[in-house]
Amino acid sequence: MTSKQQESSPVQQMIAKSRNRKGKKVIEKIIPIGLFLAASISVLTTFGIVFTLIFETVEFFTRVSITDYLFGKEWLPFSGKEPLYGILPLILGTFKVTLIAILVAVPFGLGAAIYLSEYASERVRKTIKPVLEVLAGVPTIVYGFFALTFVTPILQAIIPSLKIFNAVSPGIVVGIMVLPMIASMSEDAMSSVPKSIREGALGLGATKLEVSLKVVLPAALSGIIASIVLAVSRAIGETMIVSLAGGSTPRFDFGVTDSIQTMTAYIVQVTTGDAGYGTTIYYSIYAVGFTLFIFTLVMNLLATYISKRFREEY
Amino acid sequence: MRYLQQEHVMKRMNKRLVWNRVWKGVFIAATSFALLALAILLYRILSQGMGYLNFDFLTNFASRIPENAGIKAALVGSLCLMAVVAPVSIILGVSTAIYLEEYAKKNKLNDFIRMNISNLAGVPSIVFGLLGLTIFVRMLGMGKSILAAGLTMSLLILPVIIVAAQEAIRAVPKDQREASYGMGATKWQTIIRVVIPAAIPGILTGSILALSRAIGETAPLVVIGIPVILQFLPTGMLDTFTALPMQIFDWAKRPQEEFQYVASAGIIVLMAVLIFMNSIAVFIRNKFQKRY
Repeated sequence: MTSKQQESSPVQQMIAKSRNRKGKKVIEKIIPIGLFLAASISVLTTFGIVFTLIFETVEFFTRVSITDYLFGKEWLPFSGKEPLYGILPLILGTFKVTLIAILVAVPFGLGAAIYLSEYASERVRKTIKPVLEVLAGVPTIVYGFFALTFVTPILQAIIPSLKIFNAVSPGIVVGIMVLPMIASMSEDAMSSVPKSIREGALGLGATKLEVSLKVVLPAALSGIIASIVLAVSRAIGETMIVSLAGGSTPRFDFGVTDSIQTMTAYIVQVTTGDAGYGTTIYYSIYAVGFTLFIFTLVMNLLATYISKRFREEY
Repeated sequence: MRYLQQEHVMKRMNKRLVWNRVWKGVFIAATSFALLALAILLYRILSQGMGYLNFDFLTNFASRIPENAGIKAALVGSLCLMAVVAPVSIILGVSTAIYLEEYAKKNKLNDFIRMNISNLAGVPSIVFGLLGLTIFVRMLGMGKSILAAGLTMSLLILPVIIVAAQEAIRAVPKDQREASYGMGATKWQTIIRVVIPAAIPGILTGSILALSRAIGETAPLVVIGIPVILQFLPTGMLDTFTALPMQIFDWAKRPQEEFQYVASAGIIVLMAVLIFMNSIAVFIRNKFQKRY
């Protein structure tokens, strides 16, 4: 035998070599652990949010009674001697803006969704959808500036009693901000209704309008409602538009022409001012943040529940 | 016997067809409302801000006099912020996506992680600001620094990047993985040499879009307490800084009318950065994304 034949073939060498590599086995074991640690960061973030909010809110409630906070009708944290911490005016401010936003976003968003999904040609849809994406990508600070310097003056020309800071202008602009979300999610829900159902109705002599409103809309309802609930959640958590155009006067009434304050705008007011660390005002932003967090969490869970529970399967 | 009255049917038919037309118009009007809003917004900002936008605006620091106000510190600050956010959020996001798509077995823990990510995406950005203020600024003593703000922003956009990366990884067909296994590759070799290269265009597109959201995000920076009028540039990760949206927020709040125009000019710079990033994302999507 020649010496060459005694040596194993290159392939066998490679196999042997790779078997001997202990490092490789170790890597195969370590990598999943590393990746799991990365994945746990997002869980840690949630715990971080919940614990910081609870921890600081508990500190706040050692200074302010919880019933005063939940049922108090006056929010006057800056009135030196007797500050009042009743959350209701802030919730009402948030509620007003959200309601106006939804009144704007739902009809226009749904109208756009029906048009894009049922009437528009493929080409029109492919041009308009990216434009809606652009609208969704505009930073909220830009919307806030737009509300303050453009929408408010126009509204003031129509409603003379409107103050510079009010609930209507930020409400409308928040509505424009969440509109693309409703339009695009509802459009997705309606587009996923199978063609055969549409054609069945058309074959029976229904017009396109009747197909859209009486066949497609009910079939896609769970997706549409989920999109609206998510839009409500976004509107509740919206910060910059209401800080710039909503004002900083918490009020317990249903007027929309006067200056208001939302939960988010209060947090901004405190953090842009100089309320020192450790003061009751400092802790109050966590209590307000926690309230806000609960509102949006409930909305998000509701949206998930609706889209899962009431989904029509075809 | 007449079951159908021709006339009656025709009359109703016409009415139904007219309604169809009318409502089509209504739906088109609703769609145009959104497009119109965008057009007016862009027009307003361009017409107000263009006059103030010049080279000095880009190279001056902030000032109390509108004519001298510039955006240098904010622009540099935003770029420094991205230098933290981009690596942190992309590494964490892609690792999480690989774990969930390739390694995670179907059990309660992993279901919890998935549910947690989708809920995290719905938490308002201002709440992330409170998290950053408590954990990074105070507890870990980073102060109002680029690092503290960058880590906060990374956590904020993490869910978006995870979801985008998951979709990109899921789109890589199974036969490619199996071909790789068939050649004797290990799981990790398959992931790093086959799956990830094929998924990179999708991951990059999603990440850039998420980063552009982080650049325009204001609320967490406000809560952390980033200052606005800075006369110097940051020199390290633990230095304080200011960012584009913060600077715009400050100008927009000022009562003098001139500052409105300065704010518009600032918005043009911010939007230019966003459009630049988005075009890169679209370019990558169109150029490199393969359909299997």
